Formats: sequence, structure tokens, C-alpha cells
Amino acid sequence: MAEREKVAHLLRRATFGPTADEVDRAERAGYQATVEQLLAPDGADRGAGRTPAPKLGADPYTDLPKKPSREQRQRAQQARKEQVQQLTKWWVDRMVAADHQFTEKLVFFWHGHWATSVQKVKSAGLMLAQQETFRRDGRGDFGVLVRAMLRDGALIHWLDGQRNTRKAPNENLARELMELFTLGIGAYTEADVKAAARALTGWTVDRVDGTATFQQARHDPGKKTVLGRTGPLDADALAEVILEQPAAKTFLPARLWFRFASGEPMPDGVRDRLSAAFAGHDVTALVRALLTDEQFAATGGQLVKQPVEWLVGAVRQLGVAAAADKQRKQLYQGLNRLDQVPFKPPSVGGWPSGTAWLNTFATQTRVQLAQALTAAASPAFLERLSAAPVAGRPEALARLLVVDAWTDRTRKVLAEAAKDAKKLTVLGLISPEYAVH
Amino acid sequence: MDTTTRRKFLIASGVVGGAALAAGATTLALSDLLDTAGDRPDGAKTLVVITLYGGNDGLNTVIPYADRAYQDARPELAYDGGEVLKLDDATGLNPALKGLHELFGGKKLAIVRGVGYPKPDRSHFRSMDIWQTANPERPGNTGWIGRWLDGAGGDPRLAVSFEKVLPPLLAGERSAGAVIGAADVKLPKAVTADALAGFAAPSAGEPPLQARAAACFGDLARVREMAQQVKDADGDDGGDDEKVPATGTGGPAGLQAQLDLVAQCIEAGVSTRMFSVSLGGFDTHADERDLQETLLSYLDKGLTAFYRRIMAHPAGKDVVVLVYSEFGRRVRANASDGTDHGTASNVFVLGESIPGGLYGEQPSLTDLDDGDLKFTTDFRDVYASALDRVLQADPQAALQGWKGRLDWW
Repeated sequence: MAEREKVAHLLRRATFGPTADEVDRAERAGYQATVEQLLAPDGADRGAGRTPAPKLGADPYTDLPKKPSREQRQRAQQARKEQVQQLTKWWVDRMVAADHQFTEKLVFFWHGHWATSVQKVKSAGLMLAQQETFRRDGRGDFGVLVRAMLRDGALIHWLDGQRNTRKAPNENLARELMELFTLGIGAYTEADVKAAARALTGWTVDRVDGTATFQQARHDPGKKTVLGRTGPLDADALAEVILEQPAAKTFLPARLWFRFASGEPMPDGVRDRLSAAFAGHDVTALVRALLTDEQFAATGGQLVKQPVEWLVGAVRQLGVAAAADKQRKQLYQGLNRLDQVPFKPPSVGGWPSGTAWLNTFATQTRVQLAQALTAAASPAFLERLSAAPVAGRPEALARLLVVDAWTDRTRKVLAEAAKDAKKLTVLGLISPEYAVH
Repeated sequence: MDTTTRRKFLIASGVVGGAALAAGATTLALSDLLDTAGDRPDGAKTLVVITLYGGNDGLNTVIPYADRAYQDARPELAYDGGEVLKLDDATGLNPALKGLHELFGGKKLAIVRGVGYPKPDRSHFRSMDIWQTANPERPGNTGWIGRWLDGAGGDPRLAVSFEKVLPPLLAGERSAGAVIGAADVKLPKAVTADALAGFAAPSAGEPPLQARAAACFGDLARVREMAQQVKDADGDDGGDDEKVPATGTGGPAGLQAQLDLVAQCIEAGVSTRMFSVSLGGFDTHADERDLQETLLSYLDKGLTAFYRRIMAHPAGKDVVVLVYSEFGRRVRANASDGTDHGTASNVFVLGESIPGGLYGEQPSLTDLDDGDLKFTTDFRDVYASALDRVLQADPQAALQGWKGRLDWW
């Protein structure tokens, strides 16, 4: 495989859609250096600097009087909704703008992994606070992240942690912690779930500002046995016991493989190599092993682009970022129809994958969005495409959209529209080749 | 309920089991329907059923404004005599229903009050199952229209849904109605039929997921063809190519687009006898008044425009529209200025051939069944009359022996 194709594959997976210029730079730097640049980028992220997180202020509900009137409650609800919209638009803008693309992509991975939905949490502030935890703790020791998440207001609220008390344990968080976040189904018993729920008692969400607090009186300090360890386990001790399990060494590697490499099962050799790299629970070491694994290079075309990846990638490649605020906002609303609105995963199981994203309705929606995206494309993009002779434009488009090669089928469709750069772009964006990576 | 929720809702309702769904998965292009133009027996009538998903609050739709008990039970939510569109000196329509109020005045709209069934179920899923299967005791896996279709020969084109999935009411024992998906599609000019067909072609050796993405264009090509026919029929050149589509299709565009397609089919004289369309979002547990008015105005505008359009065509006089929801809502408002799931509610019947007026006894607001209205008309009576008068079929066959009828229709 040519070096350009290798780095293009790497960047398609580890970023939100590389531009041709980014592939050029990576090709010059080489594969290894590009991996290091993704994992530990040099310098400040100026793109992130241009898109600072919104200052949301207090949750509108905290200002409500004890017995609010209907109008007051409605206003607070509306204000909350607007905060969530503001936060969502900001995050998509950030995905587009960030120079440290992998940093941002990993935040999106963690969002899908801990799969907390604002639909239940309601508070934009809590969702942002959760995301800040991903940013702060998401690239180092996984144990630190797990312990932080067990104190995360949004997650506790999402999985009813505030209802989990010594008198009436609620198993929701304990079960998902083991099943979906750390070990995988089958690596624990129902008795482990019950005992783990007791270990998590006491962590609750403040009714007014939504922050997580520990209330000793609600905690069950008694002896419990989880996964073979017995003692007066609390949340931190529980996290420790869980991460000592053999299943913990392969679970997160498999989840990362599933999202960054392939929907096909992880080959045994890969599992051994990745779990060895993850022995010290270091997430960055694990990702480095994944991106440099010889099998990773062979996974091209084995993932369907998630709608966020498809849309943000197109925005980056077409230079839509410079479009007016209102126009971008409209484009981002396409994610609604594509069923992937950031902060709103459909369930604690996280985002769908693979063929779930491939249906007629989604195809139709992408067609409509491709038209709107092209209408908002930067003049520079269209000039670069038009600069190629008509016969060479399909290949020029492939370079700009970072598609390795068109099939004959698609090249034929593109060739017929090549005279019109806009038409050509629409067709490239909706092509089957651009739907997968 | 937005589109997604409605889709989940229909799947979750479980009425349409895997087998019935497989049988009912016929997806047609509009051209398939239009090809049937002229196949229609003389005098054949058409039934259009509009489902309001989520449980529309009947008491704030057809409003007993003069009843003290109504005002007392929901002081924040109630409409007074000055606000409603009066039907008589005790009853009025929600102010959002201006068009329907006019049609009522013209004696084209019948309003049946207190429609329900014994031992009401307050689960959306269960109650919608009951309404769609017309079986309150044991909602099975066939809908009342599906059973009618079984008896009418089973051609899926006779009963058509413009929703994205097959509603349970169209699933029969041996046959099921057709789904004409993605009714609101408008494709940009850059994307020609040739381009869609080109993308749909398989390419040897491509990754399986990419092949799957290509195959989606095959279906889309059929939808495109359908959209083109709609445009041609409307003389609309589709000038808003570059507009980003509205989010979701549960809104006014959704119902309106569905009804536009129905109107086009009726004008073309297709063989279809029953059309199913829907509007979601009526689950108004909180801050109900504005929300419900908005939804009812979608219904009002969509339905009024549809009626005017078909009445400009000779076939319009043979069309009857039925509007229902899976239940009404609790008489008393809850603590969030909304209402929780209730029971009996109103059914609208609209058409040139309908003797308009107020029918059915208004259930008492004080003699309640666990906080809810007691029904006065069994919903199967409404279905039986629709089967008899519009689909010109034996109601007992489709309604498992039900003998009741509406006495005025």
C-alpha cells in the first residue's frame, strides 16, 4: 500500500475527516510521525482556541422559586433547551475547527462509550462538565477516568445513581458499569451487580445544581463481595476490583477497535497485542498500539461513517466552516434527520454502527444535505476542483474528499457531471465510496 | 412524538409480529399506484384514516366549555366560552381548529363524542394496539383494515400508508397494505435518475458495506421517480433545491405532504380504497395548551387544504376522512400543566357524504371511572359504519363479529 493511502486511512479514522492538505503533510511526515503527532500534538490548539466552550451560566432551573408558576417553569424549560442547542452547535463547530483532531475524536468516542443522553439529564451544564472529564482524564490512566465517571453528575443522573441508597439500592449504574463500560456481558454475576450497587450507594446528585456529592448516610459501608474481593467496598475500591479483572484487559481494546478499526471481530493476534499495550491501563499506549498494528492498515472500508463523521468531514473538506453562523446551524440540524445528535445517544448502549446507518431514508437525507453542504462550500474548494481539466475532475474530487479511488461505476456517474463542479461535489459526497471508510 | 419515537413506538407495540411485517413489507413507488388508475370500480369510495399518535386531549379539542366541572378540573388549561369556536351553547372547538369549525358549519364534519372501549388501557402501546386491531380483549397481530384487505383479495395497493413503516392497522392475516416510504422527498436537480441508477450498480470486489451503501440507491431511485411525479402533477418546479430539509417529519410538512400524496392518488383515480396517514406528538404531559394548539393547527390546516383540494375534483365527493387518537387524557390536569393518559375521546368523520353534526353522548365529567371519562360509543361502531358505508364491505368479517353501528351514518 502506498504511503499516501496508509496515512489517509489513518487520518480518516483518527480525525473527523482529513483535508487534502492534511494528508499531504502527513505523507511528508511519514506514518509513525503522524501517529505521534495525533497522540501528542505540538503546540497549542488554535482551532480549539477559536471555538471556546460556551459560558452557559447557571442552570435555568436553579433560579426557579420554590413553587414556580407555569410561565416561570416554561421559561426555564425553554432556556434549558436553548442551552442544549447552543452546546450542541458549539461541539460540532469544535469538531470542525480543532487542530488536535484525535484529541477531539477521542472525546467523541468517550461520549459514545459512556453514552449519556441530555434527553434525560436535561442540563447542558452537566453534559459539558462530563465532557470536560473526558478531556481531562480520557487520554491517561483508564482507572482515573472510571473513578471520575463514578462521580459524574450527568452519568449518575442518567443511570439513576441518585436513587441508589443503602435502603433501596438501584442497580442501573452498577450493571452498566460492568456490562457496557469496563468488562462486557458475562464477565460478572447477578450477585456481583447487587453487591456493586451497594458499593456505589451514597453518590447522589444535588437537586439544585446537579453536581454529584457523597452522602455518608446513604452509603452502605457493610461488607460486600464483588468479583471475588470482599470488604467494605466503596466506589473507588469497586473501580479497582473491576480493573483487575482479566476481562478489563480486553474489553476497552475491543471497543476502540470496533470504533476506530473495524466492525469485524478483533483478530486474536490483535487482541493479545492490544491488551499487552493496555497492561498499565494507559489509554494513549493502547491507542498507539491500535493505530500502529499491522492489521489496522488492512481495515479500510470496514466501517460505515457515522453521520457526525460524514457531516463534519464534509464541512472540513469543503471549507464550510467559513459559512455564516446561521447556515452552519441549519446544516448541523441535518444530524437530527440522520439520527445522530451529539449529546443524545439513543440508549446507554451508545450509537448504532455499520449497516444501521445505511438505509434508504438516510441515503435520501444525505442527498439533500450534500446539496446544502455544496451550496455552502468555500470558493477556494470549488476553484481547486475547477482548476483540473474536466476529464481529471473526478480524480481531483477524490483527492479533496480523501477517497482512495472511485469504482468504475461511480467514476462513470461523476464523469457525466464533471463539467459542473458543484454537481460533481454533490455526487461525490453521496457516493457509496464516501459513505464508508 | 417525533418520527423516531413513532417508529420505535410501532416496533415496540409488537402488534405487527415479524411474520406479519414480512408479509406487509411491500414497498411501492407512487408509479406503481398510478399505474392502477382506471382500475377502480364505479362508485367505489375512499377512506382516509388519520392517526394522532400520543393521545390527543379530547376535552381540549371538543370542549364542554359550559360545564363547571370542566373549568374546575383544569383551571390553568381550560378554555372559556369566549375562547372556543362554538358548536352549540355548551360545546366548542379548540381555537386552533378554525377550518374544521367552518366545515362543521357546512355540515360536512361529524364529531362523535365519548368514543372508547371497555376496561380502558392507559399505555400508549397497548391502547394503540387496541385501536388498530379493534380488539380490546386480546389485541392480536392483525389490524381491522388488514382483515378487510384479506377479504377484499389482498392486493396491497388497496390499502396504502404514506408513513415510513407499516402501521399495525394495515396488517392482515394473509395480506397487508403497502408502504410508500419517504413521502416528503425532494431531491436536488444535480442528482438525476441516471445518477441514482449509476450508484446503485454493484461493483465487483468492493467492500460489503460499500456495496450495501450502493444498494440503497436502488430504492432511492424509485422514491425519486415518485417525487418527480408529484412535482409534475403539482406543476411545481421545485425551486427550493438548496433549502436544508426540516428536521423530522412529524410536523405540518409531514402530515401535509402525506395528504398531498393522497390527494394526488385520488385525483388520478388509483385503485387504492384506504389511505393511512398520521401526525405525532400529542403526548402532552406538561405545558399542554400551546403545544396542543400547535399540533391541532397542523391537523386543521392539513385537513382543510386536503378537503378543498379533493372537492375541486369529481372524485372528492366519494372520500371520507376519519381522525382518531389512542386515548384522550385525564379530566384533571396534573402538576405540570399537562394531562396524563386518559380514556374516551372524540372521533372526527369528514366528507361530502357525511351528515355533519355533533353525535354521541358527552361523557359526564363528574361521574368518572377512576378519574377518567366513561365511554358512550364503542369505537368498533365507528369502524363498522366506515367499513359498511365507505369500504362497502361486511363489517362483521373485519371486526370479528361485531354487530354495532352508528345510528346516524
